Amino acid sequence: MAEASLESPQHRFDNRIEAEEKIEPKDWMPDGYRKNLIRQISQHAHSEVIGMQPEGNWLTRAPTLKRKCILLAKIQDEGGHGLYLYSAAETLGASREELVEALHTGHAKYASIFNYPTLTWADIGAIGWLVDGAAIVNQISLQSTSYGPYARAMVRICKEESFHQRQGYEIMVKLAEGNATQRAMAQDALDRWWWPSLMMFGPHDAESAHSAQSMRWKIKRQSNDDLRQKFVDQTVPQAEAIGLRIPDTKLVWNAARGHYDFGEIDWNEFNRVVSGNGLCNRQRLDHHKQAHEDGEWVRDALRAYAEKQA
Amino acid sequence: MNDTDSLLTRYAIRLGDDAMVHGQRLCEWSSNAPTLEEDLALANVALDYLGRARMLYSLAGNLCGQSEDELAFTRDTRAFQNLLILELPRGDFAFTLVRQFLLDEFEHLFFDALTASANEMLAAIAGKTRKEVAYHRRRSQEWLRRFGLGTAESARRAQAALDTLWGYVDEMFAVDDLEATLIAEGIAADRAVLRATWQAAVTHAIEAAALTVPDTTWRIEGGRQGLHTEHLGHLLSEMQFMQRAYPGLSW
Amino acid sequence: MTNRNLLPLWEVFVRGRRGLDHIHVGSLHAYDAEQALEYARDAYTRRGEGASIWVVESRHITASQEADAESFYDPMDDKPYRHATYYKLPDAVDNM
Repeated sequence: MAEASLESPQHRFDNRIEAEEKIEPKDWMPDGYRKNLIRQISQHAHSEVIGMQPEGNWLTRAPTLKRKCILLAKIQDEGGHGLYLYSAAETLGASREELVEALHTGHAKYASIFNYPTLTWADIGAIGWLVDGAAIVNQISLQSTSYGPYARAMVRICKEESFHQRQGYEIMVKLAEGNATQRAMAQDALDRWWWPSLMMFGPHDAESAHSAQSMRWKIKRQSNDDLRQKFVDQTVPQAEAIGLRIPDTKLVWNAARGHYDFGEIDWNEFNRVVSGNGLCNRQRLDHHKQAHEDGEWVRDALRAYAEKQA
Repeated sequence: MNDTDSLLTRYAIRLGDDAMVHGQRLCEWSSNAPTLEEDLALANVALDYLGRARMLYSLAGNLCGQSEDELAFTRDTRAFQNLLILELPRGDFAFTLVRQFLLDEFEHLFFDALTASANEMLAAIAGKTRKEVAYHRRRSQEWLRRFGLGTAESARRAQAALDTLWGYVDEMFAVDDLEATLIAEGIAADRAVLRATWQAAVTHAIEAAALTVPDTTWRIEGGRQGLHTEHLGHLLSEMQFMQRAYPGLSW
Repeated sequence: MTNRNLLPLWEVFVRGRRGLDHIHVGSLHAYDAEQALEYARDAYTRRGEGASIWVVESRHITASQEADAESFYDPMDDKPYRHATYYKLPDAVDNM
């Protein structure tokens, strides 16, 4: 290798990745790395923000004042986490406006699980327990992602999210301890949210479009299948502890592997919802667009006011 | 329960109802605010009101033997005693923040006075609330200025909100027999005497924002007697859905 | 600035408690310093993490570049006498 290339930005970047050093905003980075990060971080941010809706659906109907306060604090956290992530994406030169625009035009995605409806109060429990549970497995892994601002946002998010899963599980515990109607409500929610939660980890490693390159760049630290396995292993005993049944006939402890074996995800269902055929796809996006549109006069007023003060 | 306790219970419940209904309306803003930052800010304000409702209902509940949730979720429209201004639908962002402004200017004076209550619990709740209100008020004053001095549209919306809300502000200062008795005992704060200070502060802020103090002559009251607009019933049917559909269960 | 809705970006620094430095925690959008300060309170100190907040508009921050690293920091590497470990103490003196 020529002398000059050892000094090249690409070489320095590669060495940093190799040495587990963080890449920081002002560093040179390959275009692909930047694009890949913006895609992943903004998708993550949009998921936090769109995820406010299915839970917000029960905010005005929470069964007790304590639950209402907890739920509002949690939804507010999701918004805050969206903010941390947008903030990380902006260090890469993608403005919030551009990111939101990409969401509205369908160029940017958000977690498909939020296209499922929250039909009963138990769904709020299931989301906290399963959806946040799955998210946190992924986010803990991302604390060691190679891009500094993303890693730091993940550290803050993980610290704050520790109560999210617990409050969801506590809702399920309460239901499981309740009467037959409440237990049925809890089981029904688990039945509907279990498989979509497993889908949150994405396609099998072999079929994942961005996985391999992301792993090489250390943006992703663990594979989809490894993370999914981790989630299943930790969640099954939690369901058993409160007498709920995981809706998977193939689920069985494999002593040799030291893991649970579980059934195959219905990828047709996954693709069906991702491609727009979930119960709430249009509702979620329309809601976000509407709020953005309704707020336009407010943002105009702020800008006009600031200009007059300047 | 002696007479004073019975009056105190009713007093705490009506103040609790104010916080409950307003907190419920603010919850409706979740994921609907003009910016993500404002969404978080509104949630903080809503959490303050929900927390206040819980403290006041608990105070009342300890005296009358009901839980905070029974008070919030099992009383019907006629039993709710909140101020009418708080039950009006959230409207647009200007309506919500102008209402908040009128309320903050009142609560700033009211909870300051209530910290002198002879009832220690009430005084303690007022002390905590006073700090929260100071922050709410700072926000709502700024918003009023930004609406008024922002664009023609923002000024128009803020003025429309003022014009609609103005007919409901008198009720904030109305003292009925219940409160008159508790004021005499040093337990309740006298809202009537706050009117002049409030009027001056609000007038000053409205004019500084290049808006106009409404000259509407219509006045609506009734919340303290359980005479409400039709909006409250719908707010309650949503808020109380779970406890109504599945009575007596634990969640 | 082609987008008329573009809000200025602010960097947020929070002092967790008295005696500590202000630490950069992230950014947010607001129209002026006052609003930025309030939003910082609402977004970054939801659990009472803050004793003091600084906000500064992002465009006012001048950052050193990676390309400057050699000229900025390498010259500092050859001054070991700035570190306490450079100096040997007599055995009889075990701490200073």
